[in-house]
Amino acid sequence: MPSAPTKLYADDVSLLVVLLDTNPFFWSTSSLPFSKFLSHVLSFLNSILLLNQINQIVVIATGCNSCDYIYDSSLSTNPGIENGKLPALCSELLKKLEDFVTRDEQLNKQHSLPPTTTSSSLLSGSLSMALCYIQRVFRSGPLRPHPRILCVQGSSDGPEQYVAIMNSIFSAQRSMVPIDSCYIGSNNSAFLQQASYITGGVYQKPQQLDGLFQYLSTVFATDLHSRAFLQLPKSVGVDFRASCFCHKKTIDMGYICSVCLSIFCKHHKKCSTCGSVFGQAQSDVASASNLKRKTPET
Amino acid sequence: MNNGNGRRLNGETEEDDDDEGSEGDLDAWERTYADERSWESLQEDESGLLRPVDNTTLYHAQYRRRIRSLSSQATTARIQKGLIRYLYIVVDLSRAAAEMDYRPSRMAVVAKHVEAFIREFFDQNPLSQLGLVTIKDGIAHCLTDLGGSPESHVKALMGKLECSGESSLQNALDLVHGYLNQIPSYGHREVLILYSALSTCDPGDILETIQKCKKSKMRCSVIGISAEIFICKHLCQETGGSYSVAMDESHFKELILEHAPPPPAIAEFAIANLIKMGFPQRAAESSIAICSCHKEAKVGGGYTCPRCKARVCELPTECRICGLTLISSPHLARSYHHLFPIVPFDEVSPSVLNDPHNRLPRSCFGCQQSFPNPGNKPSLRVACPKCKQHFCLDCDIYIHESLHNCPGCESFRHSKSPIATEE
Repeated sequence: MPSAPTKLYADDVSLLVVLLDTNPFFWSTSSLPFSKFLSHVLSFLNSILLLNQINQIVVIATGCNSCDYIYDSSLSTNPGIENGKLPALCSELLKKLEDFVTRDEQLNKQHSLPPTTTSSSLLSGSLSMALCYIQRVFRSGPLRPHPRILCVQGSSDGPEQYVAIMNSIFSAQRSMVPIDSCYIGSNNSAFLQQASYITGGVYQKPQQLDGLFQYLSTVFATDLHSRAFLQLPKSVGVDFRASCFCHKKTIDMGYICSVCLSIFCKHHKKCSTCGSVFGQAQSDVASASNLKRKTPET
Repeated sequence: MNNGNGRRLNGETEEDDDDEGSEGDLDAWERTYADERSWESLQEDESGLLRPVDNTTLYHAQYRRRIRSLSSQATTARIQKGLIRYLYIVVDLSRAAAEMDYRPSRMAVVAKHVEAFIREFFDQNPLSQLGLVTIKDGIAHCLTDLGGSPESHVKALMGKLECSGESSLQNALDLVHGYLNQIPSYGHREVLILYSALSTCDPGDILETIQKCKKSKMRCSVIGISAEIFICKHLCQETGGSYSVAMDESHFKELILEHAPPPPAIAEFAIANLIKMGFPQRAAESSIAICSCHKEAKVGGGYTCPRCKARVCELPTECRICGLTLISSPHLARSYHHLFPIVPFDEVSPSVLNDPHNRLPRSCFGCQQSFPNPGNKPSLRVACPKCKQHFCLDCDIYIHESLHNCPGCESFRHSKSPIATEE
């Protein structure tokens, strides 16, 4: 288990793991061009590093076919501030990002999947990588920054990643790592809303994408210690409904297989996931609830 | 608490040959040695030299053995897991629980670990319910009814920590049997007995009670705190539970936490069934409503039953008005990793590591930690059999014990399981 935070390191030292969505399918339809988006994010990353000299940033790119680390401020060799030119952060990050995007695109061609299946990014992969990195920081001893994850996501949720993303969320919750999400797509992302709600992070969907930097710097730059004193955006209702396994419809009432917990929207004879054969459902539940009820309402 | 404190048993544990004495008899300098048990961190190698135990490889080996035993079970017979559990914890609060062989007393140690167990239980089995029963003065009391809120159980247990009289296994089983007989047929009935006493003082024939428990498919497990007792062993054998005796506090903790993950389900124990459940939506933070569970007006939070629109405060629960089981999808998702476990990683053999022709990744795929040079140590990295990415040992443990995702498989679309990529 991670060791308790110590006072040796100040309260407000952060390790920020940023997950950048580089999905070309999203960026080709977005109103904000990718280059503009990057300039907002780069300024934001620089401002995080400015806030405290030992703040640390890790950037992971979330592509539609792969994920990779593209920047780690603890590894960058030259600080690059003194030469007055393009700071190391920008040049290094941009170069790696470019490499990554080309590689990601090639993977797409190799596997020639129809575009409908690739419209989501591999958020589950980048979240898992971020959590592994954070565990390494936890292992490094008591002198460590407070980690958090920021997802800057635009593409829609990929339903096939549901289990993996939920696993990551619960692991983050157990390690007390908040997942902040800045969602710049058109509809709300149910995955990210749940992620932020469960882990105690902030979910924000900026109204004005031109002012993205301002959203980032006012909401997501605050370290975990200062959050206690600030009024950060609150969640406006989280969609906790499930989708059934048979038709992928979102339902608010359904049937659960008692063996494998698969969700179905109507009564089946046999579970399609685990193959159990079901008896009658309703009478059983009705009798159980009658026995359970202790204070009958009048 | 140091595990050294639990060692002064009355001859029940075999390794109890050192003389720590009670803490009052020791000088300060002696105590530091007794507490740290520094001799245990030394190991004798082949040539008879003493060297410190290399814990990382040891831990990792232990963990791999555990993973392997789990996965071999899973492959030989596709075992179903009993995910919907109804568990009663029976805490023995007879006179024997006041013994001080565990510091400060058996009772306090048991209570401390039961608390941790309850939290872990609900973390791993979000759809399950738990109740507490105590044995005192030869009579079993029901401390809490089956319920899904860890806080209420912990509070009830901590408020009732006093012990007296004899212990009665039969009374406890009879009481629990009465409660567990009422639960729906799809649930798994389980009893976990934490038994301090060395005897049982019963009003009738306990063997009949055991047969009764067996007939109603209750899985009874016992963790003994003093020594092995025949009747407990018999009970566990008959009902398919597990029986273990704790040697000291840390061992007790290990034993009790073994009961937290869902046990393999025995097919005829619970009948597969479809359960009707509702997924209420969380209301906006500013809305005001009267909740049906506490019957008071509350601002914000809360969930609305999709069938009768009553407001409840917490999930999972059962709607007070219409009896619908209310859960949220994250509760279900919490259990999915039991059903879709990730494959154990393979150790990368030293021959591959030492082969100069292989261009191996220099850092762990998960955490980017660079691998040390392959020396004479047996294994420094593991590889996922599916995506072939390499991971460090720490990530291996984290991925299998907490994350339940392989970062490598998750970050490449082509290597995902057929379900994920089907069109």
